[in-house]
Amino acid sequence: MTHKKENGLWMSGNEAIALGACEAGVKIASGYPGTPSTEIMENLSGYQGVYTEWAPNEKVGLEVAIGASFAGVRALATMKHVGVNVAADPLFTASYTGVCGGLVIVSADDPEMHSSQNEQDNRNYAFAAKLPMLEPSDPSEAKDMVKLAFELSEDLDTPVMLRITTRVSHVKGVVTEGEKTISKAVCGINKIPGKLVMLPAMARQRRIVVEERMQKCRELAETAAFNRIEKGDTKRGFITSGVSYLYVKEAFPEAAVLKLGMCWPLPEKKIREFAAMVEELIIVEELDPFLETHIKAMGILCHGKDCIPNQGELNTAIVRLAIEPGSGPELFPAVELPNRPPNMCAGCPHRGIFYNLSRMKVFVSGDIGCYTLGFLPPLSAMDSCVCMGASVSIAHGMAKALGEDGYNKVVSVIGDSTFIHSGITGLINTVYNNSASTLIILDNRITAMTGQQHNPASGYSIKGEAASSLDLEALCRAVGVKHVYTVNPHDVVETRKVLKEALELREPSVVLSQAPCVLLPEMKARKPVSYFTNQENCVGCMSCIRLGCPALSWTAFAEGEAVSRGYRNTQKGLSKIDEILCNDCGQCASLCKFNAITRGEGKK
Amino acid sequence: MNEKGNILFSGVGGQGILLASEITAYGLLSAGYDAKKSEVHGMAQRGGSVTAQLRYGKKVYSPLIEPGCVDIQMAFEMMEAVRYLPYLHKGSKVIVNTQRILPPSVATGKAVYPENVLDHLLARDIVVVPVDAFLLAREVGEVKTANVVMVGALSAFLPVDPAVFEGIIRTRVPERFREVNIQAFLAGRKVSQ
Repeated sequence: MTHKKENGLWMSGNEAIALGACEAGVKIASGYPGTPSTEIMENLSGYQGVYTEWAPNEKVGLEVAIGASFAGVRALATMKHVGVNVAADPLFTASYTGVCGGLVIVSADDPEMHSSQNEQDNRNYAFAAKLPMLEPSDPSEAKDMVKLAFELSEDLDTPVMLRITTRVSHVKGVVTEGEKTISKAVCGINKIPGKLVMLPAMARQRRIVVEERMQKCRELAETAAFNRIEKGDTKRGFITSGVSYLYVKEAFPEAAVLKLGMCWPLPEKKIREFAAMVEELIIVEELDPFLETHIKAMGILCHGKDCIPNQGELNTAIVRLAIEPGSGPELFPAVELPNRPPNMCAGCPHRGIFYNLSRMKVFVSGDIGCYTLGFLPPLSAMDSCVCMGASVSIAHGMAKALGEDGYNKVVSVIGDSTFIHSGITGLINTVYNNSASTLIILDNRITAMTGQQHNPASGYSIKGEAASSLDLEALCRAVGVKHVYTVNPHDVVETRKVLKEALELREPSVVLSQAPCVLLPEMKARKPVSYFTNQENCVGCMSCIRLGCPALSWTAFAEGEAVSRGYRNTQKGLSKIDEILCNDCGQCASLCKFNAITRGEGKK
Repeated sequence: MNEKGNILFSGVGGQGILLASEITAYGLLSAGYDAKKSEVHGMAQRGGSVTAQLRYGKKVYSPLIEPGCVDIQMAFEMMEAVRYLPYLHKGSKVIVNTQRILPPSVATGKAVYPENVLDHLLARDIVVVPVDAFLLAREVGEVKTANVVMVGALSAFLPVDPAVFEGIIRTRVPERFREVNIQAFLAGRKVSQ
């Protein structure tokens, strides 16, 4: 949602990057959804004149962008920090080929792990892949820098990385619309094997070009406006970049600052000049001592991670207190309250699967998506979760290690989008090298966790236009899985039978759990009928409560209340369905043996 | 009126918190302030505790509010009014929707919803403005406007002319919901005046 403010727009960092890419004349953009990067592609898909797509994973997305660049148009690839791990293979060699049309890769890092499995610092990729990296501090700068990144890419013949963090992506601020810039490249077929065919002989030649380019980039970094010295009190001077710059400005508004808009390569002369200006030099950066390590390697004395934390996000208070301990206000202590962790939605199809798994004595090898919430109580039905696609191969590895002891006891669980992202190769391995693990594919027809993005199985493109829909069952059979079952997870009891049968097999098996995400627009548009509790029939067995559905709650009886209300004196309480929250999945009804849950007439 | 301020929005995923924070931000921007707002998406949106932080002033650098520096908290649920106590200070205002939403541990009988939870605020000289946003929203004819009722209650403490907010609602809300949202805004504003 944008809002005009005089000549400005109120935009998130991700919206601003989409606008900036558009102003830079980007023609092709590809990405895989991942918090906090997702909204860049979503917003870009709304602009005219740019082709956008969801790729099945980040490696494919980047390769699509590389192809577009080779064809001489400006191209963008977006991903979250861990997505760069997946795309690292093409990234490191695209550094050698360089570009034809400008090529920009956005890495959206997630310090503090708001929605991630690790908080890796992707500035290290710029160093390792020998690529320039720009690092904006806020939405306005993000927009300017994505445009600048395209210019640099073409001027220096290199892919350029734009590194943002959650507090840039999901921060809103005032952004000013700008002029369109024009690519210097020409769209066409470019046959330049010495540049684009990375066989050893050519790669060795390009390796030299990489060094020359980074040298040029270093020289440019010395004079470019994005690396600027802000004069001030020189008693204490700060070198900082990205969102950390904002915290420094608030904590020490009078201090001299060297703000680095480009965090790789570094402007050594400018850093020396600044270091000589100030009495005490402090490097303020989130996560790794990236700037600090390279500045210390220049032989410059400075403070950094000796006082600034190397874990989690920073903020103004953390920066101030790290440098001036005891300077903050005295704070009220936190009150202990029941936690409110995220939960699967009322009516979520995943719940039926995890309820069953929680009642079976199996090791559940989990994966990345909404269903990772199956870990939380009361279901507590996930035993490992490492990275996208890992569930399948980890289960295979465990099954091989355990041998007969693992028979019937190892299950992997993966979503449709995650399976397509990087689970398929794991399944091929399970079949090829033959282990008896069971894979459950939670097919809810959408990439749900990141906010409902289409994928190759959903039948729609990023713009919501009809697209080919991957047949998951046919795919599993094609890779050699002989035992493929399909279940409706809302029928909890029937699903249990199928899961048991699959586990008994001595060969690889797949259970396709098929029911749409309740947040899909078509699911939200329907008028769901609610279930309700016939409390006179409820015996307080808690079978339904153990589903952990937000629409179900438990009311404990006070002493003597059971008898006074006509229940058995051993009954501890009653369950109740909130008919407004209920989403008509019927899982609780399929579990109730006492006819205490009935489907109602519909909602008001 | 204050020339700068820090507003914390807290509640439970799905309560319309982000929209309320957007309307508030539009109001402050229209009144000529710089502003920054921070949200967390992804995992945090699945029915868990949700916050948005809005800062305004002549020039805003950091998108995050420092602990002990929240001037006004908009709490859309009672327990969520107390969860961020270290961010408040003596004299902070907490506008609280007097609704209880049970977290999973309470709903499954493993924990108890704390009684008189707002006493934690009152005992520390924090100004509590209770708003029965659901009741007021129902009275104006649309329960889904509870978040706009809350914005109305907040507006009385902001350096923004109420007509500015009415104008924002008029331009932002589809016509058939326009009048009911303005009524919701005014009903909320009345609580704080």
